[in-house]
Amino acid sequence: MIIEGAVLRRLLPAGLGILFFAVLAQPDRALAAGEAKPFAFLYVSLAGDADYAQSKGYTGLVLRDRKPPIDGAASAIRESRIIGRSAGVKFTLEHVELATAEDAADQVASHIAKTAAKAVLLDLPLAPFRAVAGRFSDSNNVIFFNIRHRDDVLRQSECAASLFHVLPSNRMLTDALAQYLKSRGWKRVLVLAREAEDDQNLADRFTASANKFGLTIADRRAFVPGNDPRERDKNNVTLLTGGARYDVIFLADGEGEFGRYVPYATFRPRLVVGTDGLVASAWHWTWERYGAPQLNQRFDRRASRHMSAEDWAGWVAVRSVVEAVTRSASTDIATIGKTLTAADFAVDLYKGVPGGFRPWNHQLRQPILLHTYNAVIARAPIEGFLHKDNILDSLGIDQDESACRLDRKTP
Amino acid sequence: MAKLAKERAMSVARLSCAAKFFAWPTVKIVGAGLLVCLGPAGGAIAAGTGNIIISNEKSSTLTVLGANDTVVKTIETCARPRGMHFSADRTQFYVGCADDDQIAIYDMESLELVGRILDVEEPETFDLHPDGRRLVISNEEDATATVFDVVEREFLAEFETGEEPEGVQITPDGKLAFVASEAANLVHVIDLEKGEVIKDILVDTRPRRFALTPDGRELWVTAELAGIVNIIDLKTLKLIADIAFLPTGFRKEQVTPVDVLITRDGQRAYVALGRANHVAVVDVPKRKVIDYILVGKRSWGLALTADEKKLYVANGLSDDVTILDTASLKPIKSVPVGMVPYGILIDDH
Repeated sequence: MIIEGAVLRRLLPAGLGILFFAVLAQPDRALAAGEAKPFAFLYVSLAGDADYAQSKGYTGLVLRDRKPPIDGAASAIRESRIIGRSAGVKFTLEHVELATAEDAADQVASHIAKTAAKAVLLDLPLAPFRAVAGRFSDSNNVIFFNIRHRDDVLRQSECAASLFHVLPSNRMLTDALAQYLKSRGWKRVLVLAREAEDDQNLADRFTASANKFGLTIADRRAFVPGNDPRERDKNNVTLLTGGARYDVIFLADGEGEFGRYVPYATFRPRLVVGTDGLVASAWHWTWERYGAPQLNQRFDRRASRHMSAEDWAGWVAVRSVVEAVTRSASTDIATIGKTLTAADFAVDLYKGVPGGFRPWNHQLRQPILLHTYNAVIARAPIEGFLHKDNILDSLGIDQDESACRLDRKTP
Repeated sequence: MAKLAKERAMSVARLSCAAKFFAWPTVKIVGAGLLVCLGPAGGAIAAGTGNIIISNEKSSTLTVLGANDTVVKTIETCARPRGMHFSADRTQFYVGCADDDQIAIYDMESLELVGRILDVEEPETFDLHPDGRRLVISNEEDATATVFDVVEREFLAEFETGEEPEGVQITPDGKLAFVASEAANLVHVIDLEKGEVIKDILVDTRPRRFALTPDGRELWVTAELAGIVNIIDLKTLKLIADIAFLPTGFRKEQVTPVDVLITRDGQRAYVALGRANHVAVVDVPKRKVIDYILVGKRSWGLALTADEKKLYVANGLSDDVTILDTASLKPIKSVPVGMVPYGILIDDH
């Protein structure tokens, strides 16, 4: 029983009716010593991170205003108070902001030593992220979480035993879209991709997904944002979308400045999917099934904004560790790592199917939401797609094709 | 609901089954159903209105079914009505409205709103203490269980729970209250005399609702995402067994049990399997599934008639209620109700 301000206010008028005494609960599951074991999470970000700079259109419109997902992690810590009470563990969250991206690994090492953190959530740009993940790849007393990057390469050739990925990879996202297109019978796809490396990679991922699920790439065209009439075949949406027969357009434009002008401007009346129109994400604030409204409201109350996919990733990273600590009754990182990748591990993702980590590359298995700006249209895996072991493994690079086989390493 | 089964078990003195039987002409006796109580036909006890109340979470209405299970009335109520419960004398019923932070009190006979308990943070479900006054409520967004006096309509106490508390079950002796925390995978055991949480029992993923066996030995709790029922031994407060469900043609992850109730004789349990669109029928002593009955989409709420011959199932995603014959284990009919039906009360005794 708790007695706090709000409760006291309610208790006082009802003073005569008090039937209970305020006694602090001391569950018998707590450690024998009565002292809760500490378990610290460390959240690492970078000062002046360009990813969180407001991106402004020339008229001053703010089209992108990402917020660091530490609120997601903090939400999960708050939710874990009672679980901690029951397990005899006190979960805490420390936030450090690196001053520079140089020697990120050294800085993180010293912060881990200072805070005695056992789990680290990395919210860093790709270069310092790689430096930190590389330095600690064989760490067996600290576990790292990727809550930001979707690049498949991090889960393939650059995978590490100490690194767990909670955001879905690009390939998981494009597989989800491909399943949906296939289920609707929209089989011929026109791929439009910006010439930037990231977008070309995303288009490659989608092409692989299209092959996997039996879609046809009607054509693949690169665009260049701009108004140069000499390049109009690469910057005019009508021209870019003409002269091919297709059911739907896959758009790869991570920046979004060109992509937002593609829907409704196409030569043929066709829908747009990818980085605009119908988008595949780990989470969306309008998702209203499987308890999601409760999670969204909890987050919104705390952070005064909608929960993004990255916020959700921060939340699920903490929740996964808390679940592993509870189920294994241990705060030892080797034990927690084994628990996370065990076949029967289950963390509630609020997406209807419990999540677990793929033992071969430590990627969180999860359903993917396909949404517009204000509604979730479908949840993948789409009904009808099957898998020999786990239906969630129909999304992403599967065990047999994986370049990363952490499950084969001897301990 | 589980609470009803328990409540009935507690009020055997008031209950004359035979009287009930003949006072309600719509009951069809199908097959050799188990006649659980053969009391003298006293006839002095009110037989209830025969009305069946269904709370519709999304349309914020109560649907009232009358004789022949047809809709006789739809009542606009407070926002997002979910859990419901009879008052101790069954002349009133309580409706928890999550989005209005209140519990509305209705008169059973007139179906008029007669009162409100205000400032109840997001009530989801609740159970009434045998003293007929203390209502123990799960407050979903607040991560608390609160106790209100339904007579004075006053706040009495608050207990911290894990996130998203859901099912509430008070033991017939009134000593303990169990509250399931969906997000924490815990069943909190509240000692109502000491006024403290005496234990947090770790159960499987997403615990939802409870049922007590009539012998007072076992507490059944559904684990929605694990697709099973956990059985807790009430003496030791430890998990002793699980029952898994898997109707033919469904995948494990589609089996999401929510409501559970056990018959008065302690022989049979019904479990609503959510996304698997079936109700499981369980042999309680053997802890074995006897049958699966196809119902509507995402079945959650359950209620049995007093004679336990009919089972009502609220189907949240097909906006209807399926009525099952418990002797033949076959559906009798489906009745369209409001949007996202949640709970069911049957006023037949």
